Amino acid sequence: MTDERIVSLERLTKSFGSLAVLRGIDLTVDRGQVICIIGPSGSGKTTLLRCINLLEQPDSGRVVVDGAELTDPDADIDKARRTIGMVFQAFNLFRHLSVLDNVTVAQRKVLKRGRTDAIEVARANLAKVGLSDKEDAMPVQLSGGQQQRVAIARALAMDPHLMLFDEPTSALDPELVGDVLAVMRELADEGMTMVVVTHEMQFAREVADEVLFMDAGIVVEQGPADQVIGDPTHERTRTFLARVLNPAQGKPVP
Amino acid sequence: MVSPVRMSRRRRGQVIRGVQYAVLVAVAVTLALLADWQEIARAFFNLPVAAAQFPSIITTALVNTAVYSVLGFCFGLVLAVPLALMKLSSVPPYRWIATVYVEFFRGVPALLVFVTFGFGVPLAFQLRFDIYSTVMLSLGLVGAAYMAETIRAGIQAVDTGQVEAARSLGMSHGRTMVTIVIPQAFRIVLPPLTNELILLTKDSSLIYLLGLATSQYELAKFARDVLNTTASMTPLLLAGLCYLIITVPLSHLSRYLERRTGGRTVGTPESTGIEVEA
Repeated sequence: MTDERIVSLERLTKSFGSLAVLRGIDLTVDRGQVICIIGPSGSGKTTLLRCINLLEQPDSGRVVVDGAELTDPDADIDKARRTIGMVFQAFNLFRHLSVLDNVTVAQRKVLKRGRTDAIEVARANLAKVGLSDKEDAMPVQLSGGQQQRVAIARALAMDPHLMLFDEPTSALDPELVGDVLAVMRELADEGMTMVVVTHEMQFAREVADEVLFMDAGIVVEQGPADQVIGDPTHERTRTFLARVLNPAQGKPVP
Repeated sequence: MVSPVRMSRRRRGQVIRGVQYAVLVAVAVTLALLADWQEIARAFFNLPVAAAQFPSIITTALVNTAVYSVLGFCFGLVLAVPLALMKLSSVPPYRWIATVYVEFFRGVPALLVFVTFGFGVPLAFQLRFDIYSTVMLSLGLVGAAYMAETIRAGIQAVDTGQVEAARSLGMSHGRTMVTIVIPQAFRIVLPPLTNELILLTKDSSLIYLLGLATSQYELAKFARDVLNTTASMTPLLLAGLCYLIITVPLSHLSRYLERRTGGRTVGTPESTGIEVEA
C-alpha cells in the first residue's frame, strides 16, 4: 500500500510572523486520488497546497512526495518539482513568451528535451486543453480562461505525477469557469492525482474522492465529497457551506 | 447682492489667461528691443565660421561623441547587471559591496572619475591607457552605478508569480533568473536605460579635460578648440545642435518604448477575466 501513497504531510505547521496559518496538518494522498480543499479565506488552504511543492517552507513537520522527503535539507527540490505540476490562481504564464514557448521552455531547459520533441509534447497538451489554434498567441492576447488552460498544458507537458491547483477559477469571469473545470474533470477521469483548492462546490462534489474542510489552520472535517459537502457533521462546516452555496441569503457571522 | 465688479469664474479664467499672454509678449518685446542683434548674430550665427566646421564637426566630432558614449554605455551595462544581482543577493557582503559602489559613483562628480583615469591612475601606476579605454572606464564606471539601480528595480518589478511558476516547473533559481526574470526585467528597464544613454552622451563631453589628438575630438572639445581660434561662439551653438541630434531622437525612443511596454509587461496580473488586446 505504501507505494500507492504519493503525498504524505505530517504535523505541518507554518506561521507568518505571529499569525499561525497551519497548526499541525496531516494529510495523505494516494495515486489517482482527487482531493479538494475547501474553507474560508485565511483558513490556510492555499498555504497548505504550497507546502506540498515547498513553494512555502513549513516551519515544522514532514513533507514526503513520491517517496522523497522534501523537508530534508539535502532534498533535491528542483528535481521533485519537475513531477509536481502547479496551476495558480493568477495563471502566471510567462508574459514574454508565446503560448507554445510557455509550454516548451521548461521541457527544454529542465528536462533537456530536444526542440522537436518538446514542440510535439506541447502541441499534444495544447490540443488536450482545446487551444491548438493559439500556439502563436502571446498571453495578454488570451482571455483568462484560455490563459489558465495554457497554464494547465504547461504543467502537463512535464509529465507530472501529481497536479496542484490553487483556486484555478477564482480569477475568472463566471462564463469562463466552465472551460477550465471541464479540462480538470477530464484530467481527473484519466486518473491524474490532483489536489485542488477551490470554491467550486459543485465541482468538488462531482469530481473529488475526498474533501477537506479547513478553518483557522486545521482540518476540521475530512471525508467523501457527498458526506462533507452534502451532510457535514461539524457546525463550522455547515455555516461555511450555507454561506458559500447560498451567498444571497447569508447572514453576517456573529 | 452680486456686486458689478465680481466676475463669474469662467470670465475670471479668461482674463487671467489674457494677462499671462500679455506678460509673455511684453517680455519678448522688451528683450527684442534691448538685445544687440548685430552682436548676437556675429557671435552665434557667423556663417563663414559655421561653414568652415563642416564636415569635420560631423565626421569627427559627432561620430566620436557617439562612439565614446556607446563604449561607456556598453561597459557600464556589462558591469551593472552583476552589480544589480549583487544588490539582490541573499549574502549580505555582496549587497554591501554593491551598495558602496553605487553610492560612491553616484555621489562623486564624473569629472573626478575622468581626472582619475586620465591622469591619476596613469601617473600612479605607470600605466598608459589609450583614449578609448579611459573613456570606457570613466563613463562605464559612473554609468554602471546608475544602471545597476535601474536594473535592480526592473528585476524587482517582475511579478513574483513569474518566479513561482518557473520554480514550480523545476527551474533552479539561476535558471529562473536567466530564462524568465531578466528578459522581462529588460523590457521594463529599456526606457530608463535609454535615458541613461542620453546622460552618458552629455557626460562624454568631460573628455575635453584630457589631452586629445585632433582626430579624437568629440563635440565639446571640438567646439572649444574652434572657439579659441576664431573667438566666435558659433561652434558652441553648432555643437549644442549636434548633441540634440543625438539626444532628442533617443528621448523620443525612450518615450515610445515606455508607451509600448506600459501595458504589457509591467505590473501584476490581477487581471480578472477577459483582457483582450489587439
